[in-house]
Amino acid sequence: MPIAISIKDLKKTYSNGFEALKGISLEVEEGDFFALLGPNGAGKSTTIGVLSTLVNRTSGVVSIFGKNVDTHVYETKLDLGVVPQEINFNQFEKVRDIVMAQAGYYGLPRKLASERCEKYLRKLGLWEKRDDRSRSLSGGMKRRLMIARALVHEPRLLILDEPTAGVDIELRRSMWEFLTGINEQGTTIILTTHYLEEAEQLCRNIAIIAEGKIVENTSMKLLLAELDSQVFVFDSADELKSDFEIDMEGVSVKIIDSHTFELTVPAVIQINEVFASLDRKSIPVRSMRNKTNRLEQLFLTKLNN
Amino acid sequence: MFSNHKYIAFETIVIKEIRRFARIWLQTLVPPAITITLYFVIFGNLIGRRIGEMGGFQYMEFIIPGLIMMAVIQNSYSNVVSSFFGQKFSNSVEELLVSPVPNYVILTGFIAGGMVRGLSVGAIVTTTSVFFSDLNIQHPIITLAVVLMTSIVFSLAGFINAVFANSFDDISIIPTFVLTPLIYLGGVFYSVQMLPPFWQFVSSLNPIFYMVNTFRYGILGSSDVNVFWAFMILAIFIIVLYSSCILLLRRGTGIRT
Repeated sequence: MPIAISIKDLKKTYSNGFEALKGISLEVEEGDFFALLGPNGAGKSTTIGVLSTLVNRTSGVVSIFGKNVDTHVYETKLDLGVVPQEINFNQFEKVRDIVMAQAGYYGLPRKLASERCEKYLRKLGLWEKRDDRSRSLSGGMKRRLMIARALVHEPRLLILDEPTAGVDIELRRSMWEFLTGINEQGTTIILTTHYLEEAEQLCRNIAIIAEGKIVENTSMKLLLAELDSQVFVFDSADELKSDFEIDMEGVSVKIIDSHTFELTVPAVIQINEVFASLDRKSIPVRSMRNKTNRLEQLFLTKLNN
Repeated sequence: MFSNHKYIAFETIVIKEIRRFARIWLQTLVPPAITITLYFVIFGNLIGRRIGEMGGFQYMEFIIPGLIMMAVIQNSYSNVVSSFFGQKFSNSVEELLVSPVPNYVILTGFIAGGMVRGLSVGAIVTTTSVFFSDLNIQHPIITLAVVLMTSIVFSLAGFINAVFANSFDDISIIPTFVLTPLIYLGGVFYSVQMLPPFWQFVSSLNPIFYMVNTFRYGILGSSDVNVFWAFMILAIFIIVLYSSCILLLRRGTGIRT
């Protein structure tokens, strides 16, 4: 698979001496939906800043679709769409003007720019707001406007820096659907997010960055397979007995209240076996859920290590 | 970037700049027109009658070129400084920086925006001046050339101010403490020949003095300066400031981390 992004030994030291990136290397395949995770201050936004040329790197080599960003400035920028973490459009401008201006910066003729502008504003549910000043939009609409703006030149690579921060769950899910759609059409997507559920749902590959270093870079499937146990929360329809136990080796029980209990289940045990055991105990399970997101559990383990 | 793409990008920046100042015309176009009209009424008409002649012309006629130039200088400068700093402040400058627009196209777009505003206000002031005095332009090409070049110089200067500015105070310090004194001491209201030799020498160090007097030469046909040297000075300023702006953009001073 061709490589969309190649980062080699990327270092960034800010003028105050803070080393944000300590020589990270990373490759993202074309067509991938890639998660870049890490705690606050880990270096995610600096990495994105370097890719989008808003941050001058100290050293290292960055290529986009095989082209060095230093020697192929125009081509690499043309392939790139960026949705930053902070709102970065003029809030006194009209929605349509913001997207049209961005199209103009990429050299799109007016007619094509107008068609694309309508296409993406409609797709992101902003067409009705096209003549409104952008400051009048809600937080979620502003984020969608930044996505429409980033897509107007139809880049091959889209970088989203926490695109769903502060967005309600309904809107977040509709954005997931939209992003999955454009990824299926071939756009490579790099996503940073604090919502690990989001990364788990959307992304095929993942890199975890901490203190300016990559601490994990693998596929989501392989990473999740590293979990040696999972904690499930069960709701019983009947009241639990105070001496309730489960007869499975390696599975531990913790009673939360009269109807709720937690089971820590090793990865080698299948959930079917757990249900069979609960059935033998005549415990009618009304519902079951993971106590914490699986990726969150791993994320914290990796960071602690 | 292909040349037609560059042109579209340039056009986009210029249209955006014109829209910006046109949208707030009550703040950008009307106040300078009112201020300069007051200058015409108070200095030109009321006080000017008592002054009589200056440099061989009626005082009103004498000050008109300087007041037009003052409007062009202030508005070219303030358009670029406020627009570019505003974009820095709201981070919307990032739209431009992540796009493939070359630095010189970005710069040229902002200069053109500054020139359109500077010349628009200059045109309003010129039209207003017709109500106070006859305006017979003696050397139209020189007049046009000097006003265009001056507008470019101050648009570039405004850009540099915006690049280094970190707060709204920073974009008002230079216009208030540097630009305004230089304009007022640049021979807008008087002929330097009235000054003692030492102050004539000091005036000769003020670049605005050359711009105002060359513009006055274009309109009235009389000047305190050598027109050729004045154009040379303007050309040198444009080259130096333009190169500095390109260097600052390339380095990302004030706009990239």
